[in-house]
Amino acid sequence: MSIVMRILREVHSYSWPIKFLNLLVVAGVAAAAARFVFGLGATTNLNDTYPWGLWISFDVVTSVPLAAGAFTLGAVVHVFHIKKLEPLVRPAILTGFLGYSLVCIGLILDLGQPHHAFNIFLYPNLHSPMFEVALCVMSYTTVALLEFLAPVCEKFGFHVPLRLLRTLELPLIVLGAAIATLHQSTIGTFFLIAVDKLHNLWYNPLLPLQFWTSAVFTGLSIVIVEAILVHRHLKQPDETELLATLTRILPWFLGFYLALKIYALIFLAGRPLFDRPGLTILFFAEIMLGIILPLVLFMTKRSRTDSSIQLKAASLVVFFGLVLNRFNVSMFGMIQENQQIYFPSLLESVVTVGIIAAHILFFALIARYLPIFEHHPEGVDYTIPDRFRKIKKEAVPAQGALGMS
Amino acid sequence: MTEKKDYSNQRTFLIDLTRCTGCRGCQVACKQWNQLEAEKTTFFEGEGYQNPPAMSEHTFTKIKFRDYQRHGYNEFAFYKEMCMHCNDPACASVCPVGAFLKTPEGPVIYKPERCIGCRFCMIACPFGVPKYQWSKTFPFVVKCTGCYSRVKEGLIPACAKACPSAISYGSRSDMIREAKSRLQARPDKYFNRVYGMEEAGGTSVLYLSELPFLELGFRKVTARPLPSYTWAALRLVPAVFLTMGGSLAFISWLTHRKERLRREQEERNVREHGKEGQ
Repeated sequence: MSIVMRILREVHSYSWPIKFLNLLVVAGVAAAAARFVFGLGATTNLNDTYPWGLWISFDVVTSVPLAAGAFTLGAVVHVFHIKKLEPLVRPAILTGFLGYSLVCIGLILDLGQPHHAFNIFLYPNLHSPMFEVALCVMSYTTVALLEFLAPVCEKFGFHVPLRLLRTLELPLIVLGAAIATLHQSTIGTFFLIAVDKLHNLWYNPLLPLQFWTSAVFTGLSIVIVEAILVHRHLKQPDETELLATLTRILPWFLGFYLALKIYALIFLAGRPLFDRPGLTILFFAEIMLGIILPLVLFMTKRSRTDSSIQLKAASLVVFFGLVLNRFNVSMFGMIQENQQIYFPSLLESVVTVGIIAAHILFFALIARYLPIFEHHPEGVDYTIPDRFRKIKKEAVPAQGALGMS
Repeated sequence: MTEKKDYSNQRTFLIDLTRCTGCRGCQVACKQWNQLEAEKTTFFEGEGYQNPPAMSEHTFTKIKFRDYQRHGYNEFAFYKEMCMHCNDPACASVCPVGAFLKTPEGPVIYKPERCIGCRFCMIACPFGVPKYQWSKTFPFVVKCTGCYSRVKEGLIPACAKACPSAISYGSRSDMIREAKSRLQARPDKYFNRVYGMEEAGGTSVLYLSELPFLELGFRKVTARPLPSYTWAALRLVPAVFLTMGGSLAFISWLTHRKERLRREQEERNVREHGKEGQ
């Protein structure tokens, strides 16, 4: 009883935005339940013309690159050994883990035969991009879970698994990055089959490479957005100085992506290109607002020190460079001329809003209870063995002898 | 997927649309053989006299009506829409569980017990053939089966059996020969092309028509087999995985080695410094 009371009191103490998010998540869960009771046809606006709608376009095709921060930052920090960025890694891994878990949920919701999902293992088809992505998303979610377990073990003092996880840290990061490379690009491969369906502005054989590149810069941008929002709203330290390193890396990827886009458009894409004004506007919105403008912003000196410029540029990358691009490829660009237009149903929208709310909610709650932001290795010694607990460096005499003084 | 297969002996429909009278006996026969529900339809809901307006979970084949004028007279042209039973089907290649199978006899069949319901086949099909059971809570994909159950037993498909005039059924090479001889014999009567010869790398349904195919509502489809488009990227997967994993592992070994050497140097400095201090 007392535990229930404590939980209730704890929940009662949450701020109103958290409570509001709770409400959205509950609505989303109810809507998802309705989908299983009444079926896809009755609850969504999907039909034979639009077999894929909001759930695939957002919950899968867009959410996967939005969760790319974990693998990109993991590689930057651990592989390229830019150690000072380590405080950013745990929030990124948490975002990645939550993102992928919710992708799995979104995918299950969208399946017509979710109870047969296991058939993926029984009847694998190696020629299917969907098989490749399903396998990669499952294995990556597992890797992200293992990466995320470190703060959990620290919190509860599970020392033996913690030791194992620390040993595995680097191999997991490398494995995760390799797997993520595969499925981030293969989501682009999905649309290679849509020859004569996807509009020439987006259809080209380099689509997988474009998807991977945009996932990388989105991952880094998400880390920037997240760090700044967390600083402003969850009272965490200001990381502008660390983010400056990311703003130096980003222009390379943005520039490479822009070059890829232009090259593909001129040399690889079919013709005609600019026959549909609506699509042309969407395409240029994506390029101008999502790539060129943030590229210019990130090249300015001020973006190294001014967190509001960092936030602005990174949000542009996320919303126009990535989200708009994924919707252009998976939805708008697939609409044929004179075809009826699809709008997600209320229920579809409630589910997707619920998934986004769940992401933010779980992030805030996990950050509240687990050491996500306190991971500053320069101040805290994480080496094992130290009776497997965090010990301040100054407090350890053996370490003091080695000290820099 | 890359090996050249011989499709010349596969069972193939030759549908001569100039001989179609629009009786829709094929539609009825299809519904009967496949035990499909009737659809509630409204006249003139679709294009012209055609009914129902589109293929659906209850309708695997449909005669499309097109009104046009020739020499000032109103004319009808018809188009029997159905699964094209591609030689190298896109639906089979994208399906993660291999629920579609190109049978050696010719028809492309669907195994519902494997289907997980991702609907990638519907995105992939260049002809817009697979339809979904939107009326069901746990739906399957449905499409023309090429009457595989009949073909296996040596019968011809229900629609071909019912058709009084327009559908011939036989080996692909025979049907192509027949189509070409008809084109040659009456060049004035036919639009000079066989739809399905090249489309999507060749299909087991061939069409002859009087009107240009695109005007009749046929889709413009690439001649390259569709699975080759995705395979061009997918075949790189193992190489990309090994390259990415290998190079990241190598880079991290390098950076960590640098770090280790630096630390060792520092320790040595401290030790020497310490000695001097004593």
